[in-house]
Amino acid sequence: MLEVRGLTHRFGGLVAVSEVDLDLPQGRIAALIGPNGAGKTTLFAAIAGFLRPERGQIRFEGRDIAGLPPHEICRLGMTRTFQIVQPFAGLSVRENIAVGAHLHHRDRGAALDRAAAIAERVGMAALLDRPAATLPVAGRKRLELARALATEPRLLLLDEVMAGLNPTEINDIVATIRAIREGGVTVLMIEHVMQAVMSLAEDVYVLNQGRIIAHGAPSAIAADAKVIEAYLGHGAAARLAGAAA
Amino acid sequence: MNPRLVVLWTVGLLVALALPHAVASNAWLNFWINTLMFAALGIAWNVLGGYGGQSSFGHAVFFGTGAYGTAVLQIKLGVPALLAAPAAIGLGALVGLFIGGVSFRYGLRGSYFALVTLAFAEVFRILVSSFAFTGAGFGMLIPLDQRPINLQFPSRFAFYYAALALVGIGLAASAMIERSRFGAYLVAIRENEEAAKALGIDVFRIKLGAIVLSAALAAAVGVFYAQYLLFVDAGSAFGPAISVEALLGPIVGGAGTMLGPLLGAIALHGLGEAAKAAMGPQPGLNLILQGLLLILMLRFLPEGLIGAIRRWRGHA
Repeated sequence: MLEVRGLTHRFGGLVAVSEVDLDLPQGRIAALIGPNGAGKTTLFAAIAGFLRPERGQIRFEGRDIAGLPPHEICRLGMTRTFQIVQPFAGLSVRENIAVGAHLHHRDRGAALDRAAAIAERVGMAALLDRPAATLPVAGRKRLELARALATEPRLLLLDEVMAGLNPTEINDIVATIRAIREGGVTVLMIEHVMQAVMSLAEDVYVLNQGRIIAHGAPSAIAADAKVIEAYLGHGAAARLAGAAA
Repeated sequence: MNPRLVVLWTVGLLVALALPHAVASNAWLNFWINTLMFAALGIAWNVLGGYGGQSSFGHAVFFGTGAYGTAVLQIKLGVPALLAAPAAIGLGALVGLFIGGVSFRYGLRGSYFALVTLAFAEVFRILVSSFAFTGAGFGMLIPLDQRPINLQFPSRFAFYYAALALVGIGLAASAMIERSRFGAYLVAIRENEEAAKALGIDVFRIKLGAIVLSAALAAAVGVFYAQYLLFVDAGSAFGPAISVEALLGPIVGGAGTMLGPLLGAIALHGLGEAAKAAMGPQPGLNLILQGLLLILMLRFLPEGLIGAIRRWRGHA
């Protein structure tokens, strides 16, 4: 469904993303993890069209989308959320979600009805008439998800939708994401909450200093020496192994 | 629509229709013609600046294009006003398309967009006052010939109803914005442009649509102004005073609301008249008052009169 080949992007002298290859088959939940500053959000921005990549190919359902503007990529069926939530602060939850729903529903009434249905799916039905500005963090994260979902994407890019949530809220949103996948949507998520990555993702890509350093099933990734070193520092894997022995 | 609203709108319309006959004085009639004309200009500004959040500081450029468009077509090219008017409105829309095209293409927002629109208005003002073809520094007189085909009427009441019709058209356009996808997208862009892009909105096209509609409405008010006074000059048609008029009403009344600009224009002009009555017609006094009011509004009621009414009703 999504194929990335040799994607490279620099900010001035800093190579943010370098020669990244990524394959995401349809119907999967894949996670993109890595330490802060690894280039995850840059990679997302390039895939979703918010950044024109310097080099490399991005194919979505067989079509080259590198360099297309974000709204066209969204219309093709790929929608992203933002790590730093971007609500339409002056609008109600219902109106926020309706903006997404308008992509496939021209009629205002139909979009508003659709928004209510989506809110139900992500557990926001009780908050429909709240101004988005008054939502707590968990609500805003859900709103990001709901709005993206309202565009009826086939591929959903989730950028840290669990950051800042408490364990109960994380469990709720894990269940929501699983339900979204059951509904036929492929998911690529950036996530730091490992508990969620382990229980949701079938495929994990690890990005460090702009490069993919490991790729595989979550259990294999958790045991990968390179990954442990990327997170905990050089020699950490050996020390951990020594301590365990 | 719920029955209470139907009643309110019907009463509002009846009051508006009867208003000029309530007091038999020219001053009263002039006051309302003026107020409604600037209310219509505010409603035009509100399409782009209120719903779309793209605050123009140069709406005089569209107003002036309408006023000069109809004057030049009639005086220099002999086009009857009935045809010159729509042509001038189209010209205003084209100017909007051009200014929007260049500024939104390059992502100008906020104060940069405001400054560019101000610059365009000033350039137009200077150009128009430089060429004999557009009356140079003297302005242009549209010859008096009171026939409907010339959009000139012997009775001032006709102008009142024409201004009222302009306000009605503007309000209808606003109502359609509030109930359409275009409007939802426009408001989304105002609230958060990045999020709007991520949800499939072609930000450039929506903004362009808004500026063209806003410009066409403002040009229509300019046409009215020219037909009402039968005189246009660069300073008053393209001058910054008009641009300020266009944005002051909506900001005082409530930007991004349907009735805000109308309410704001009535409040501002009413206050101006009251000040004149109380302190005599010192020149510039109304400007000082308007400035003071604007500062107070922004400090205490940033959502305008409509916002204050909503808050009050929310508490009650």
